[in-house]
Amino acid sequence: MKNYAIVTKELTKRFGDFIATNAITFEVEQGEIFGFLGANGAGKTTAMRMLCGLLKPSSGEAKVAGFDVYTQTEKVKQSIGYMSQKFSLYEDLTVKENIRFYGGIYGLSNQQIKDKTHALLQQLNMEKEAGHLVSSLPLGWKQKLSFSIAVIHDPSIVFLDEPTGGVDPITRRQFWDLIYEAADRGVTIFVTTHYMDEAEYCNRISIMVDGKIKALDTPKKLKEQFNADSMNDVFLQLARAKS
Amino acid sequence: MRTILFILQKEFLQIFRNRAMLPIIFIVPVVQLLVLSFAANYEIRNLSVDIVDQDNSTWSRQLRDKLFASGYFSLNRQTYNPKEAYADLEADKVDLVLTIPQHFERDLVREDEVKVQMLVNAINGSKAGLANGYATSIINSFNRQVRLDWLAMDEDNAPEHMDISARYWYNPDMNYKFFMVPGILVVLVTLIGAFLSGMNIVKEKEMGTIEQLNVTPIRKHHFIIGKLLPFWIIALFELTFGLVVGKLVFNIPFAGNLGYVFLFAGIYLIVMLGMGLLVSTFTETQQQAMFITWFFMIIFILMSGLFTPVESMPVWAQKITLFNPIAYFVKVIRMVMLKGSGWADVRYYLGIMLVFAVVINSVAVWNYRKTV
Repeated sequence: MKNYAIVTKELTKRFGDFIATNAITFEVEQGEIFGFLGANGAGKTTAMRMLCGLLKPSSGEAKVAGFDVYTQTEKVKQSIGYMSQKFSLYEDLTVKENIRFYGGIYGLSNQQIKDKTHALLQQLNMEKEAGHLVSSLPLGWKQKLSFSIAVIHDPSIVFLDEPTGGVDPITRRQFWDLIYEAADRGVTIFVTTHYMDEAEYCNRISIMVDGKIKALDTPKKLKEQFNADSMNDVFLQLARAKS
Repeated sequence: MRTILFILQKEFLQIFRNRAMLPIIFIVPVVQLLVLSFAANYEIRNLSVDIVDQDNSTWSRQLRDKLFASGYFSLNRQTYNPKEAYADLEADKVDLVLTIPQHFERDLVREDEVKVQMLVNAINGSKAGLANGYATSIINSFNRQVRLDWLAMDEDNAPEHMDISARYWYNPDMNYKFFMVPGILVVLVTLIGAFLSGMNIVKEKEMGTIEQLNVTPIRKHHFIIGKLLPFWIIALFELTFGLVVGKLVFNIPFAGNLGYVFLFAGIYLIVMLGMGLLVSTFTETQQQAMFITWFFMIIFILMSGLFTPVESMPVWAQKITLFNPIAYFVKVIRMVMLKGSGWADVRYYLGIMLVFAVVINSVAVWNYRKTV
């Protein structure tokens, strides 16, 4: 049996009559970069929030890092990293203070925090900015910092919700370098995006339409399946079919 | 436990980095104490008076002089024509018009009875009440004097009268500052407790950082304690600071054990912080939180007995004040500081406050749990 980072079975979330996520079933392997695509309102964020333990599913099953999302949310939270589209570091704290805070609440020891801070600043080439307030950093830097802090406790899975929104192409490229580095260390990456070139970087992709997963495969096979030149075409075919 | 320490560290960094916070902690209290204590003074001096003296006799002038000798009144106009005085009253230039009719002296001597008219400008109700009270008591005392002067020629036959002398216990000089400063300290502590804590939690929602915290293993009680404890500490510091300012500037008395004030404040603050937490659970922005808190605070403060005694409110309003935590604290702090009340007097209120603390925090935490 393969080692799965995420397993879901018929996972469903209803808000009143509205079914945001309709019986989705998929597996994500350990160390995989898994692209989670879909138009706005297709149910991606809801699905992701359930997997992160932020939202109780209405029905179905899901296991994240081997822990049940209904009953073991605290353990799920300890083993995942999360970075949302909304920038979520403290603007009125310095780079170093942010690292210390998040390291601390994930239970790292003072020595670990010190080592991590050092390594992280070196990796991001931000040693000079360690004492600067986060609000003074350019957006691209903030996003990279945000990602590094999301994995500060070495989670086995990291969820990225449109991490590169509004970031220039060069920084986006650098951002993906960070993602690859993490994936090389065996971290599973679960990422949503609206950039189809980014979708091509993923090992496998799922495309959600109206709360259901309509396609799930490697980018190459998806293109073959839909007889398309690019992921953009695949996405448009699926998203348009609905309307 | 360690998690809470990290949250506390972060909170204090943020609070003291906020440019608006330091003035709120150090300057606002001093300004509030100084300005409010001087301004919230019930003693009214310099009430302006028009005298319509149509008699212009020795007696009428004596009455007039007695009025002004009291120091409460100042003459705006002396006239013979009532219309001029009415015009002044309508123009809001005077607070009181005293009309001494013609033949005042004659009737007083001959008929033993005379009427004077007093018109009071009641735009400001409490001022009117005081003007009326002061003037009436002066006229009464004039009356007594006249009777004595008139009849006391025969010592044995002097009319009987009672002299009432009052002593004000616990505040012998009726120094309003002694009375107001403790109350204003309560308001100060309340503002820090209820406003800042609620806004601070909502700020995390507004910034979106709460989302990030929710995916971390932070327990809810860690978060709540970490968020509220800093304001508990700041508010108690504020109380200490205010007491020191009150002692230095106004020389307010510390008749009782200040330990009771702090003990009560500690529990009272838990109530206020719970309120802040509760408000934060159903608001999304700092503005909303501020408006809702403001709404309740205005009612609580006005109905706290700080400015007007609870006993003078209608019965239904007095019942409402039973649920007003500010009213209890105002009462207790005055009791301890002015009267020197001890454990036996305070414990009943302390018990009520404990019940409040448990109830409001349970509701707030329960409501907070529902959110995520």
